[in-house]
Amino acid sequence: MRKLDHTTIFFAIMGSFLFFFVLIPIVNLMVSANPGIILNNIQDPGVMSALFLSIYAALAATIIALLFGVPLAYLLARNDFWGKGFVESVIDVPLVIPHTVSGIILLLVFNPGGIFGQPLSQIGLTFSDAIPGIIVAMLFASSSFVVNSSREGFENVDPRMEKVARTLGSGSLKTFFIITLPLSLRNVVVGSIMCWARAISEFGAIVILAYYPTTAPVLIYRRFVDFGLQESIPVAVLLISVCLVLFLIVRLLISGWKTYDKD
Amino acid sequence: MIKIENLSRDWKEFQLDHVNLEINDNEYFVILGPSGSGKTLLLELIAGIWEVDSGDIYMDGKNMTWTPLEKRGVGFVYQNYMLFPHKTVFENIAFGLNMRKVDKEEVKTRVNEMMKLLHIDHLAHRLPRTLSGGEQQRTALARALIINPRVLLMDEPLSALDKKTRDDLIRQMKELHQKFDITMVHVTHNFDEALALADRIAIMKDGRISQVGNSTEIFRHPADKFVADFVGVENIFEGVAKKDGERLTIIDTGKVIIYSTEPKEGPVHMTVRPEDIILSSKKVETSARNVFKGKITEIIDNGALIKLTVDIEEPIVVFLTRQSFIEMELNIGKDVWTYFKATAVHTF
Repeated sequence: MRKLDHTTIFFAIMGSFLFFFVLIPIVNLMVSANPGIILNNIQDPGVMSALFLSIYAALAATIIALLFGVPLAYLLARNDFWGKGFVESVIDVPLVIPHTVSGIILLLVFNPGGIFGQPLSQIGLTFSDAIPGIIVAMLFASSSFVVNSSREGFENVDPRMEKVARTLGSGSLKTFFIITLPLSLRNVVVGSIMCWARAISEFGAIVILAYYPTTAPVLIYRRFVDFGLQESIPVAVLLISVCLVLFLIVRLLISGWKTYDKD
Repeated sequence: MIKIENLSRDWKEFQLDHVNLEINDNEYFVILGPSGSGKTLLLELIAGIWEVDSGDIYMDGKNMTWTPLEKRGVGFVYQNYMLFPHKTVFENIAFGLNMRKVDKEEVKTRVNEMMKLLHIDHLAHRLPRTLSGGEQQRTALARALIINPRVLLMDEPLSALDKKTRDDLIRQMKELHQKFDITMVHVTHNFDEALALADRIAIMKDGRISQVGNSTEIFRHPADKFVADFVGVENIFEGVAKKDGERLTIIDTGKVIIYSTEPKEGPVHMTVRPEDIILSSKKVETSARNVFKGKITEIIDNGALIKLTVDIEEPIVVFLTRQSFIEMELNIGKDVWTYFKATAVHTF
């Protein structure tokens, strides 16, 4: 066996702290839960509807993030323009502010009298304590995952390859869909799943903007406050399982998805 | 015909400065220049890959300066091929036809023909990353040629290939040029490629065209010192020229006096090609105006030819066949006579 030097051993000991700090609580939660009670919870319509609401509202948020985030990502990958740094910063701001603050920001503009909420209420969309509010909160918190990951993918496609496609008669939008997008699809998909997982986990902004209808993170919080730790554990286990499965898919995609230009 | 008028464009460290150029129909035109001279940028501007800052590009008399690149009818081949990595060789070549909504059966026939022509038909279902450089470049050529472009633009198409593959492809590109009746514009920094392929050559330096002409013109009469150095011209000297009678010019390099028939006055560069210089070990009677005695200072064996440097106050390079070299029993330090005609001295 290769002999390890002192520095490597020392750094490994220091570094393993964070690894176990994250791993042990998760494993502890999983093993401390009583399988029978989890089974009961799966049969509880309140729990299941909260879980499904989280999953499908997050899916809706992800689709919206894709629709608007992919064009933005392509623009940022291909063009230098004045104020580009500012645009990039704005997209990343939701990652660095407290989520409760995000909720307050959103409530101010999406309440029925707010600058977005008022016109949108005209077409029947309400956000406070409604599913659109949940989606908006999720979108705000997690769309940057789609933008940043897609952008990285687009940057890896040589713009000259697009130019060659165009000399062969393909228009610029068509070239994007048949050359650039297929070649960066892995990044777009990974970004979307990260966005989805992050949206499912969103709590802070949702609790302020749309406490009802109940999403899974809100349900966990309510059980904890009303009935204590033991009641919140089963829902927590179910939610973390969903997120971990999504995360596992991302890891598999990253390692397993064959890129065409590398062996 | 392609006509470029006063084309200018700044792009990062490159700059094109009022480039004027005419490329004839069905011509094999080579743009030759060192890296950083802006030759790739010029080619990309002709293709429409970037927009020009000022100037005009005409193709067949039509102003194409602002025509989108998919409407210019040009084919483009890059040094690193730029094949679509997610498509097979067949799909890569078929791409342009599919964009034109050509009937499926016809696409199949034409792609198969093209693959046969370029000897890549056995690779039809392979992905680009599994191909060698030569195979990838053949695929890229096939993909560009299949749409019958009016002009095929190639950016250093042979530079990433090994010598044998390059020689094969040079032969093939000559054949393709004849077969397709197509204007080809080929950018390279390699003079041998230009010699082997070009009908005419444009020499580029610092975003400007220094000289346009066929290879003999450029080789024999380089427009300036840069061109002479770049195409590997030997025996370049600097001097001051003045007229000597009706037909002759005297060039004084400060060390030797050289006669030329080209009328020039004032500071000039001059060159004489090594193959135009006669060498002998004894003084002989000759009509040559320029006769110099000197010592051999260097002998380089190039195989068939031996390259000698003779110090006639200026170092002058002479080529000898191996046979004459052996017969004359030459070695370093030996005194020899060099002769060359005034008509062999080119000034610029």
